[in-house]
Amino acid sequence: MQRFTRLFNELDQTTKTNQKVQALVDYFEEAAEEDKIWTIALLSGKRPGRSVGASFLRVWAAEVGNIPDWLFEESYHVVGDLAETISLVFPQAEKKMNRSLTYWINFLKNLRELDEDTKKERVTGAWLQMAPYERFVFNKLITGGFRVGVSQKLMVRALSKHTGIDENKLAHKLMGNWQPEAINFKQFFFSSNPEEDLSRPYPFYLAYALEGDAEALGDVNDWQVERKWDGIRGQVIARGKKVYVWSRGEELITEKFPEFHGLADKLPDGTVLDGEILAFKEGKPLSFNHLQTRIGRKNISRKVLENAPAVLMVYDLLENQGKDIRDRPLSERRKMLEEVVKKTGCEEVLKTSQIVKSQSWEELGRERQLSRKYYSEGLMLKKTDSTYKVGRKKGDWWKWKVDPMTIDAVMIYAMRGHGRRANLYTDYTFAVWDGDQLVPFAKAYSGLTDQEIIAVDAFVKKNTIERFGPVRSVKPELVFEIAFEGINKSSRHKSGVALRFPRMHRWRKDKPASEANNLEDLFALLKQYGG
Amino acid sequence: MITDRVVAGPINQPVFMGLLQFTSKGIYCKQADVYIDPWKSVEKALITHGHSDHARHGHKQYLCHQHSRSILKLRLGKNINIQTVKYGESVSINGVDISFHPAGHIIGSAQIRLEYKGCVWVVSGDYKIEDDGLSGAYTPIKCQYFITECTFGLPVYKWIPQQEVFDDINNWWQQNNKEGKTTVLIGYSLGKAQRLIQGLDTSIGPILTHGAVENINQALRDDGIKLNDTVSVTPDFDKKKFANAIVVAPPSAAGTNWLKKFHPYSIGIASGWMGLRGPRRRRTVDRGFVLSDHADWPGLNQAVQASGAEYVIATHGYTNAFARWLNEKGVQASVENTLFEGELPEIKEGSNSGSTNDKTEN
Repeated sequence: MQRFTRLFNELDQTTKTNQKVQALVDYFEEAAEEDKIWTIALLSGKRPGRSVGASFLRVWAAEVGNIPDWLFEESYHVVGDLAETISLVFPQAEKKMNRSLTYWINFLKNLRELDEDTKKERVTGAWLQMAPYERFVFNKLITGGFRVGVSQKLMVRALSKHTGIDENKLAHKLMGNWQPEAINFKQFFFSSNPEEDLSRPYPFYLAYALEGDAEALGDVNDWQVERKWDGIRGQVIARGKKVYVWSRGEELITEKFPEFHGLADKLPDGTVLDGEILAFKEGKPLSFNHLQTRIGRKNISRKVLENAPAVLMVYDLLENQGKDIRDRPLSERRKMLEEVVKKTGCEEVLKTSQIVKSQSWEELGRERQLSRKYYSEGLMLKKTDSTYKVGRKKGDWWKWKVDPMTIDAVMIYAMRGHGRRANLYTDYTFAVWDGDQLVPFAKAYSGLTDQEIIAVDAFVKKNTIERFGPVRSVKPELVFEIAFEGINKSSRHKSGVALRFPRMHRWRKDKPASEANNLEDLFALLKQYGG
Repeated sequence: MITDRVVAGPINQPVFMGLLQFTSKGIYCKQADVYIDPWKSVEKALITHGHSDHARHGHKQYLCHQHSRSILKLRLGKNINIQTVKYGESVSINGVDISFHPAGHIIGSAQIRLEYKGCVWVVSGDYKIEDDGLSGAYTPIKCQYFITECTFGLPVYKWIPQQEVFDDINNWWQQNNKEGKTTVLIGYSLGKAQRLIQGLDTSIGPILTHGAVENINQALRDDGIKLNDTVSVTPDFDKKKFANAIVVAPPSAAGTNWLKKFHPYSIGIASGWMGLRGPRRRRTVDRGFVLSDHADWPGLNQAVQASGAEYVIATHGYTNAFARWLNEKGVQASVENTLFEGELPEIKEGSNSGSTNDKTEN
């Protein structure tokens, strides 16, 4: 696994895209075929399937490292990564062995059926054969999460350089649920007539947020404007008399949405729809919380189905009668889409996302401010002549979100971050006043610059009141403007409200803690916008 | 929840009675009326080493190791009242025998031993076990009370031998030369920079220095310390004359205009914090080398054991964890708050040559 470990280290050491691509290309040139397939799988977020629980790993590592459990935990909070912590608390390797990546993946797969003692013996035995960094990579095979700054786009670029195959074609091949065990590199990428996987979705086209003036986008008539819905972006695929539902996270979620199963017979064979899955009742979307009741669980009960019935708010048509039409202009695709939806006659579950008409950007700006009334997050701006692209691209599609709600809050707890932010206090809990008490209502960890994080981290370390493992309570002194997209009632939170996407908008250095908002202010927002 | 504070209290209240106490001004020996590395102005200060969180402005008299003399004068002013001693030399003040012993941290660094009526205390200052060839080899001192740093007091911090690190650095330097890039190596101007300069393979190319580093080099050379040849980068500096060069600069130089003149360059940093992936990825540098002037986890444990101390007080770093660990091992230990900078992994490493003395930088 030393070649793969070296690749991982090279990817980890640089933030420069070109260097990452080059490291991958070099690897693909040198590595064995079967290792290459696994590498692609691992960097795409697939993993061999968990063979050992993380809690066992902790206990074994503490035992072999000869340290008490609490000290392992303390170290873990500082390191911020379990695989790395284990690799570091260990004594040096006794004898180093070089086995292939595929060897270790099969090694882990074979563990699955074994009893705990044998697992322990094998895993700790493996640890002792490896240098710390290789041990870290090995642990990542078990725990998953090869986050090393390699996007799908970047990997596709490297693969394209290596194979000479067009990037878009490769991106499509890599979508869906292919099994690294079952395929062979040459067959997968080069076979002239591959057995097309019927369920395979297209890569999603994603928009950037519009920053600055909409006027700069030119003639308003060149743009198709829709509302931006807050659900799960998904594709519904009807091929071979079957229907498949994919989420943007490339998860096959067909089973979670029985509402769509009937479309297998209704949609023409070879249809792919792009849209937003929403919980929808009495002619209007329900809050995202309702949708969450549909994804978090294994079995969807009748009650859940009744409380949160799902629809697909359709945005786009990607495949029509078995033909990929992504390179046709949006205006054409839209026409075909309207026809397909109309013919299907399933208004109950298929709703075409309405076009917001207007004469000027100014008028659209006012429309955008009304977004919350429609239970939407803002507007989507799409060039009428735009093709359907792969991944996040600038220029033709923009999301134009409504300004967030904001509240000034006091930081009362801080927790150490993970990964890149390990050993820095980066995750904070915020409170508002209820009389002379501070009531926590939100956690946030994003929105500050690196310099601000360092300053807040220093404040936390100097103003700690109490320590609770990785969490510290701090002197209630710093005030931040917290921005969020939505607010809902919640019995699970002490404050009685739950926020959607809370983040730090601004550090209010000008405000003392006493001038932060209070609970009534939150309730006023809840009354106005809450669902 | 961590509840391992055995002896604890607000720092403005002496809580630990004995030869030494922790007071609002610093670690105090009442019998001799001296402070060790005090953080407020006092009459008499014993200084473990020249880093700015240990050697501060405003004391009437300073006592330190002879190799700290020029550094203290450079940083605190030419006119300070300073006396120096050699390692092992004993000074007696009102019945307290005081001596300085090698701590291996940086040039001139010392552990300070105080003995009164058979009771021995040792204040470690900052220290490392591995001999870097410059700072004097750390020597364990037997004592009953050991006041220790524990900047890297967790078992995830284990250093690899410095020769391996220098091999890595020299290889990287050579590779950069091949690619036509200047090499920029970041380390604190006092201590780390000199250690790096001595560890570089001068057959690869010339060593250039940032002004802050060169000022320290000069002070040390004045004290008779031999260092590899270095060339100070001055405003009229001509890069073309120095092909294949490596530039040694302090952290404050990273990301500044000053570096632009070396473009194209590859930049690396040498610090103990680079042992963890998180901090390594946070730094926007090309390479992180794990090299520290502080003791690692095995080193701290080795030092405590070798001291034979009955009681250990941890002052900065992962103090709670280290004290609890020692207590569970049967060594009585507690934590005292000081103004020594143990937990500043982001900008500075433990003790440092950071902002307070950066007026020496150009």
